[in-house]
Amino acid sequence: MPAAEPAPPAIELRHIDKRFGTVHANRDVSMTIARGSITGIVGENGAGKSTLMSILYGFYDADSGDILVNGEPAAIRNPHDALHLGIGMVHQHFVLIDPFTVLENVMLGAEGGALLRRGKGKARAELERLETEYGLGVNPDAVIGNLPVGAQQRVEILKALYRGAAILILDEPTGVLTPQEAEQLFRILQTIKARGATVILITHKLREIMAATDEVYVMRAGTVVAHRRTEETDEGELAELMIGRKVRLELDKAPAAPGAERLLVEDVTLHDARGVTVLDHVGFGVRAGEIVGVAGVSGNGQTELLEVLAGIRVAETGRISVDRTAITPARPMDPAQMRELGVAHIPEDRHRLGLVVSFEATESALLGYQRDGAYAGPVLQRHQAINRHCAALMEEFDVRPRQPFLRSANFSGGNQQKLIVARELARDPTVLLVGQPTRGVDIGAIEFIHRQLIEHRDAGAAILLVSVELDEIMALADRILVMCDGRIVGEVARHDADERMLGLMMANARAGNGAAAST
Amino acid sequence: MQDAYLIALLTLSATIRVSTPLILGAMAGLFSERSGIVDVGLEGKMLAAAFAAGAASAVTHSAWLGLAAGIVAATALALIHGFASITQRGNQVVSGVAINILVAGLTIVLGIAWFHQGGETPPLPPEGRFMPIHFPGQDALASVPVIGPIYGHLIGGHNLLVYVAVAAVPLTHWIVNATRFGLRLRAVGENPQAVDTAGVSVAWLRYRAVLLCGLLTGIAGTYMSIAQNAGFTRYMSAGQGFIALAALIFGKWRAWPAMGACLLFGFLDAVAIRLQGVSVPGIGEVPVQLIEALPYALTVILLAGFIGRAVAPRASGIPYIKEH
Repeated sequence: MPAAEPAPPAIELRHIDKRFGTVHANRDVSMTIARGSITGIVGENGAGKSTLMSILYGFYDADSGDILVNGEPAAIRNPHDALHLGIGMVHQHFVLIDPFTVLENVMLGAEGGALLRRGKGKARAELERLETEYGLGVNPDAVIGNLPVGAQQRVEILKALYRGAAILILDEPTGVLTPQEAEQLFRILQTIKARGATVILITHKLREIMAATDEVYVMRAGTVVAHRRTEETDEGELAELMIGRKVRLELDKAPAAPGAERLLVEDVTLHDARGVTVLDHVGFGVRAGEIVGVAGVSGNGQTELLEVLAGIRVAETGRISVDRTAITPARPMDPAQMRELGVAHIPEDRHRLGLVVSFEATESALLGYQRDGAYAGPVLQRHQAINRHCAALMEEFDVRPRQPFLRSANFSGGNQQKLIVARELARDPTVLLVGQPTRGVDIGAIEFIHRQLIEHRDAGAAILLVSVELDEIMALADRILVMCDGRIVGEVARHDADERMLGLMMANARAGNGAAAST
Repeated sequence: MQDAYLIALLTLSATIRVSTPLILGAMAGLFSERSGIVDVGLEGKMLAAAFAAGAASAVTHSAWLGLAAGIVAATALALIHGFASITQRGNQVVSGVAINILVAGLTIVLGIAWFHQGGETPPLPPEGRFMPIHFPGQDALASVPVIGPIYGHLIGGHNLLVYVAVAAVPLTHWIVNATRFGLRLRAVGENPQAVDTAGVSVAWLRYRAVLLCGLLTGIAGTYMSIAQNAGFTRYMSAGQGFIALAALIFGKWRAWPAMGACLLFGFLDAVAIRLQGVSVPGIGEVPVQLIEALPYALTVILLAGFIGRAVAPRASGIPYIKEH
C-alpha cells in the first residue's frame, strides 16, 4: 500500500513578480505556508510584505507567478475570490461600519436572504458558536463605534471566521493595540491554529515573531532573503537579515563641533485620538552644530514627535525649549510662532504637509513665510519679490526645471523635495526638523540634500533628523536616538553604532539585548 | 366652539395635503442620501415630474398615464444624477444644482412650445386628475359630531397619492431597517469600502437607491400638477424639494422623524395660508413670510447644533474610488 500523501500546503506562492512603474515591489518571491501553522513574514517598511499579501488577497494582480491554495492552482482576481477560497484578511486599517452593531457588520454581504430577521437569527447562533469555540469576547449587539480598538480588530477576525476563512492574514495587527490587547490577540491566534486554520502574520516586530510563529520568512527589497523555523533562529539573526548589509552612503564630513543646546525636549507625552500612547515621556536635547538622528521603524512616534516640535500638535505634558523660550501645554505655540523662533521643518510627507501640489512653485516656495514683510504688502502680495525669491532658490538648490510658474505637481519628487529644502534652509534656521528628507528621491538629489544638511550643521544649526533609512541615519547623524512604541529606547554616538545593534533596538528586542546595547 | 373645531380640522386637513409632496420628497431623498449620494436635485426632479405629468395628462386625459410620465421624467433625471455622481464620480452638489437649473428652464420652454399658454399646461378635466376619494359612509357620518368631520375631512376626502405618501413612510422605514437591501444601503452610505470588500457592488447599490429616489420624486411631482392642482404652472414646485431636503435633515435621515418634520413644515404652511391677510389684535397683520421662512430657519438652527445633532451618513457626497 502506498503511504498516504502528505497534505498539501495551505498556500504556495511560486515566483511571484510585481512592479509598480519603476519600483520592483516583489521579485521572484516563492513561499510555502504549511497548513495549521502560524507563519510570520518580517521585513522593513517597503520590503514588499504588504504587496505580496495584497496579491494573495486579490487586491493586485501579480505580473507573473502562480498561487496554489491547498495544492490547487488558484486565480484570485478580487477579494471575493479570496474569500471563496477561504482566505480572510484583517487589514491594518479596519473596514467596519461604525454605527452598525457587531452582528450587522459580520452579516454584511452574507445576510442569508432578502429579509434580515431570519438571517439575523442564524448569524447570532453562528456567532455564539464561534464565541464558544474561539473566545473572542465580543458582544454581537455592541455598536462598533463604542468598542475599543482591540475589540474592533476581533470583529474583523470574526468576520473572516464567519465567512469560513481557513487561512487568515493579519497585516501589522499589533500596531494599534495596547500590550494587553496584543497578548489577547496572540492567544486567539493560537486557538485558531489549534482548530486547524492557518495564520499568516505580517509584522516588523521581531518579538512577536519569536513569541507567536512556527516559521518565518524574511523579506528585503522585494525578495525573500531567508526562511527559518522560528525555534532555530533568534532576534539577532532576524534583525541582521531584515536590515542586511547595504552599500554605505559615504559623505565627507568633519567631526561635529557641538555648541550650546538649542533644542531641549523634556518629558513630552501624547496620545492619539484612540487613546493609544504615541509619545511616552520623550526627552532629549540637540546642540548647535550637531545632527541627531532618530532611528526607528515608521509608526513608532517619530511623525508625532516632529509634529509636536513643529507646533502642529500640542503635547499633553512636558516642555520644549528652543534657546531660552519654553513651550508647554499651557503655553503652546503654533507653527508660525515656531518659525519665528527660528525652527524650520522639512516634513516627512511632502504632499500632505510640505507643499500644495496645485500651487505654482513660487507659491510653494513661499508657504509658511507668506506673512514676511518682504513678500506681503499691506493688502497685496509682493509678487515680484516672491518670484525673484523662488528663482533664486531654484538656482541655488538646482531645482529643475527652472520654471517658477510651473505647478508643484509637475516637478519630480526629488525636485519638489529640493524646493522644500530650499525654502526651509533659506532662512538659516537655528533649529532644523527634518523628516525623511530623501524619501522617493533619486540618488543625485539625495547627495545634494545630504550635503546641504551637513553644511548647515557646520554653520551651527541644531538638526533633528528622523528617518526610517538606517543608511541615512548612519551617514548623517552624529548621535543616534532609537524610538520604539513612542519611547526613546536607546541613544548611541555614531561611532559606537552599528546596524545590527540599531536593528535590535528598533525592534525593541528583549531588555537583555536592547539595554546592553543602549547607552 | 363648533366653528373653531372645524377650522382646526380643516387646517389639519390642509396640512396633510401640503405635506404630501414633502413626505414623498423626503423619502426619496432618504434613499439617495442614506446610500451616500447627496441630492439637492429633489426640487428639479419634482418640477420635471410635475410638468411631465401635467403635459401627459393634458394630452391623454389619463391620470395614470400622467403619473407614469411623471415617474419616467424624474427617474431619467435621477439616472443622470447617478451617472454623474456614481459612474463619473463628479461633484454631487454641482450635479444636483445643474439639474435644478436645467429643469427650471426646460419645463417652461417645452411648455410654451407644446401648449402655447405661457409655460402652463391646459387645465385638466377630472378624469385627467387624481380626485379626492369618497369614503363609504362619509355622508352618513357627516352629521355625527366630532367623529363625522374627522372621518370626512381628516381621514377621508384625500386623493390616492396622499395615501401613497402616507404608506411610503412605514414602507421606507421597513425597507431600510428590515431588509438586506436596507442593510447594504445604510452600509454603503457609511463606509462603501466595507461593502466592496464584502463582495457587494457599490455602484449597483447606489444606482438602485437613486432609482428609488426618482420613483418617489416622480410621484411627488405628479401630485403637484394633477392631484393637488388641475395643471402645471411655472415653477410650481416653489422650493418644496428644498423643504423636503430640510425635513430629511431635520429628521436626521430617518423615515418617521422626517415625516414628522414634513408635517410640521406643512402645518406651518397651512397656517400661513389661513392667516393670510388676517389681522390679529395687538399684532396687526400677521407676517406670513416669517412663518414660511420657519422651515429653513429651524433647519439652520438644527444644523448649528441647538436641537440635538444631525449627523449625515459618513460617506455622503464622497465618490467611491477603489483604493488598495
